[in-house]
Amino acid sequence: MNSRNPLPGFAKTVLTATLAIALVACGKKEQAPPPAAQAPAAPAETIVKIGHVAPLTGGISHLGKDNENGAALAIEEANKAGITIGGHKIKFEMMGEDDQADPKVGTTVAQKLVDAKVAGIVGHLNSGVTIPASALYNQAGIPMITASATNPALTEQGFKNIFRVVGRDDQQGPAVANYLVSQSKPKTAAVIDDATAYGEGLANEVEKTLKAAGVRVLPREKGTDKTTDWKAILTKLKGKKPDAVFFGGMDASGGPLLKQARELGIKAVFAYGDGACTNKMTELAGAAAEGMICSQAGIPVKAASQSFLDAYKAKFNADPILYAPFTYDAANLLIEAMKKADSTDPAKYLAALHSASHKGASGLIEFDEKGDRKDAEMTIFTMKAGKIEPIAIIKSGKSMTMEEYVAATAPAPAASAPAAAPAAEPAKEPAK
Amino acid sequence: MKRWFDFLSGSRSSKAGLAFVVVALLILPFALTQAGTAWVRITNLAILFALLSLGLNIVVGFAGLLDLGYIAFYAVGAYTYALLASPHFGLALPFWVVLPIGALIACTFGVLLGAPTLKLRGDYLAIVTLGFGEIVRIFLNNLSQPFNLTNGPRGIARIEPVQIGGVSFRGTDTWFGFSVSGPMKYYYLLLAVLVVVIIINLRLEDSRIGRAWQAIREDELAAKAVGINTTHIKLLAFAMGASFGGIAGGIFAAIQGFISPESFVLVESIMVLAMVVLGGMGNIFGVIAGAVLLSFVPEILRYTVEPLQKSLFGKMIIEPEVIRMLLFGLALVLMMRFRPAGLWPSSTRRRELRGPS
Amino acid sequence: MDIFLQQIINGLTLGSVYAIVALGYTMVYGIIQLINFAHGEVVMLGAMVAFTVITSLVGAQVPLPALLIVLAGTLAAVPVCMATGYMLERVAYRPLRKAPRLAPLITAIGMSIILQHVAMLVWSRNNLAFPQIIPVITFEVAGATITAVQIGIISISFLLMTGLTLMVYRTKLGVAMRATAENASVAALMGVSVDRVIASTFLIGAALGAIAGVMFGSYYGIAHYTMGAVLGLKAFSAAVLGGIGNLAGAMVGGVLLGLVESLGAGYIGDLTDLCRWPLVQGWVSERCQLDGHMILFGSNYQDVFAFLVLILVLVIRPSGLLGERVADRA
Repeated sequence: MNSRNPLPGFAKTVLTATLAIALVACGKKEQAPPPAAQAPAAPAETIVKIGHVAPLTGGISHLGKDNENGAALAIEEANKAGITIGGHKIKFEMMGEDDQADPKVGTTVAQKLVDAKVAGIVGHLNSGVTIPASALYNQAGIPMITASATNPALTEQGFKNIFRVVGRDDQQGPAVANYLVSQSKPKTAAVIDDATAYGEGLANEVEKTLKAAGVRVLPREKGTDKTTDWKAILTKLKGKKPDAVFFGGMDASGGPLLKQARELGIKAVFAYGDGACTNKMTELAGAAAEGMICSQAGIPVKAASQSFLDAYKAKFNADPILYAPFTYDAANLLIEAMKKADSTDPAKYLAALHSASHKGASGLIEFDEKGDRKDAEMTIFTMKAGKIEPIAIIKSGKSMTMEEYVAATAPAPAASAPAAAPAAEPAKEPAK
Repeated sequence: MKRWFDFLSGSRSSKAGLAFVVVALLILPFALTQAGTAWVRITNLAILFALLSLGLNIVVGFAGLLDLGYIAFYAVGAYTYALLASPHFGLALPFWVVLPIGALIACTFGVLLGAPTLKLRGDYLAIVTLGFGEIVRIFLNNLSQPFNLTNGPRGIARIEPVQIGGVSFRGTDTWFGFSVSGPMKYYYLLLAVLVVVIIINLRLEDSRIGRAWQAIREDELAAKAVGINTTHIKLLAFAMGASFGGIAGGIFAAIQGFISPESFVLVESIMVLAMVVLGGMGNIFGVIAGAVLLSFVPEILRYTVEPLQKSLFGKMIIEPEVIRMLLFGLALVLMMRFRPAGLWPSSTRRRELRGPS
Repeated sequence: MDIFLQQIINGLTLGSVYAIVALGYTMVYGIIQLINFAHGEVVMLGAMVAFTVITSLVGAQVPLPALLIVLAGTLAAVPVCMATGYMLERVAYRPLRKAPRLAPLITAIGMSIILQHVAMLVWSRNNLAFPQIIPVITFEVAGATITAVQIGIISISFLLMTGLTLMVYRTKLGVAMRATAENASVAALMGVSVDRVIASTFLIGAALGAIAGVMFGSYYGIAHYTMGAVLGLKAFSAAVLGGIGNLAGAMVGGVLLGLVESLGAGYIGDLTDLCRWPLVQGWVSERCQLDGHMILFGSNYQDVFAFLVLILVLVIRPSGLLGERVADRA
């Protein structure tokens, strides 16, 4: 039979590997990262790298790019303001990576950032990618701030250097559920999810809150994130006559759900989380989308500080989409902490991050002991004439309208408007 | 039987060649670390895929049974590891206990799938295995209710790293003056497992069982006629392939520290199949080469396609990920048409595919 | 009762779409014993092309009634899909007709990956929302609702199936197809141009796929470049369930699978509610008091049904419900 020597095959493997090394070597030369923080007596300015990771290719790459823009804006402003840390003039540099929303790729690019000795990281976007990557950052001791991963598990790992500036699913879920309870007072509610980490996590929190409020919750129904035919599930629900339906999932499956529900004559109020809190719902469900309720973690984009909105528009010639104010704040938080600790060494400025009290584009940011944002705001929207309109902002369990919120926070944006925002900030920080 | 040991007693040049390969593989991670530990991780994934491909190669390459749900066994191995060594159930069994259990459970799944379906014709079998792979994934995704077995789509986090003699594979240690990072340790572990799997494969190939597989692949009726218990032998192929998949899955869980059903979708099965087909079904070293090649393709594309497009058009027009998938598809089509035996075909397979079926 | 009837209507609508897609699989399989794995992608292309035509017509505010606009979309989708089907046969399958049977299956997987990603490049990764132009007209039937679109889908499917059956049993091409299916080399000796017959089988299958794609897209109002994979897999299961290679089988299988999915998602959750099982009551009472239910298998297992049916049928009755027992041709 086969009398070949296995060596040639092996040799080929090695050849491939050698080739890969050669390739790496070339790739490396192009980047040539100078050692980051402690370069002794750099001539003009020391370069400090800040990593940003999000999916830049794939289905949600537009959100990833939006995130990256937010961080890039913060870094550009810091460089313009001119910052001196530890006696060195600092130039921040953003190292943008693409995690393709894939956990495997996520850990690989996380390792790349660790290799490059970045001083801090803004990212990732998806919870499923952020959690495995956070373990790597924790090992390397590099602070990471996510602006959009809302899965509670992320900050429950006991990692000291992992932060999040956006509300958790278990804050968003209760917010939308409580709003539902207070406004439409349902007796029976149905909860549906798309069997993804995001959809299920959010639906679980909603179910918990509804039950606590004394609402009878029907057994959970599930589709997938690709489900377009909801009729069997809806027909079953119709027989049980719920007054309200919550769906944890994205607009692509949530839209057909709403349309088919109305076709079947289901009159219940429909509520959604941030994944389906988009204008696309009107395209998908037509007139049936009118009056639906949905929530977003954080404040609505247009309620972000005016200085941020203007700067973003000026630089990228577009309006921020979703999480850009948060990545902007996350990058600023890192920079502020470095300034306060007078060091770009993660081990030294980490404490400053924990005690940060930062007035950012998305409001005041302080962290609790887990690294979550204290009192994160949630916004409730409703669909009006084909567009989602904010109707309430919920903070510390209190609900207020858009106007009330803007009025309550008006002085802050006005104060920080003139200068490039971050540079003006530290004066306002309470001495802690 | 002792053919593959031949080169040990063989000529001086082949000995030298082997020594060179061994040394090269041993120092490889140190060389890669110079370029960044990320490259060690990429290499580790490549070896992991090589393990998977070798397992699938037993089923597809040796026995000629097309399995489109192979990733299910990988998933079973990964989940076994995750459940037995993570805070999910509060267990932390050592990896040398967990890995064999994972292999065993994956093997059981292989038999469970194989026993009722192996009498099916080739293409029916392919579709049934595909359905099986999806069923396993859907169950993993939903077994958080009414009892929380798999934690559903949220996946299992904080999986224990491999630990040998008090040395955790997660952190960096200094051995003999060299700093050895976590991924480097996994590299050596994976390399060791790969060598063992290669040896098992090489011995299988020329054993009675291996010949029986090839006989079935070439003509099942004739194989039956000469007294081969085809059902048993085919079942054995499924069981062995599944076990290797289970082992690879367990190591994957340990390296990642977090797994969720997302990692075990149909595309992954097809990816592994593409590696086997591209490398050359039935040829052990061809399959490894296929796995390594296709694992590095995305990274190669990242360094070539992106800058190239950016310099040509000023922006990205076709994402590397899409190019990779298009290349996979094209490779499958072109290989079947022009080199059905793969880039590095095994000699028998080549003969078989050349003649009329 | 109205709930049950409603589930039947839901199942029938879904099943009719499955049936038409299944016809594409079963015709090709009947003639050359090949699983045209890329057929789902043809269906997807049909939906995509129709989407482009319909959106641009609506965007240009062409004063046509909604039905005519959808018809225009279909008329554009059919030739594109037929061309794709023909291309598949020529490029991917014809050169491999004498190869081992796994070879064309692998090629088919390759082709479907290519078609998906080409579609992605053309139509983007986003979910495409069909313009909501068809007015929702609902009828009440014995307490259940049925929309005009549903009636349309069911009746168009029925018409297409009847037409296809007539064609296969009453026309010259049909005779040639049946002869080729029976024995291609003998058919060739009798003067049947086997290549042409096989090509026309692909063309007809693709045209049916295009129509199914348009129906699916405009009914659910959404199209995506990966939609063909799941739809194709389910339709294939339907074809196998009915007995692959058998036209009537594809229709029966499709409708049956639609009903199984509907009724399964509708009732299996209640049936596997452990709180209603007297035997285990003591064991689960704590959970039951807390939640009021403890469900083993809910609607989350909806997608499992198709695969389970497929595996069970293949294992227990490999030739399907209506298929005849054929000798192993492997």
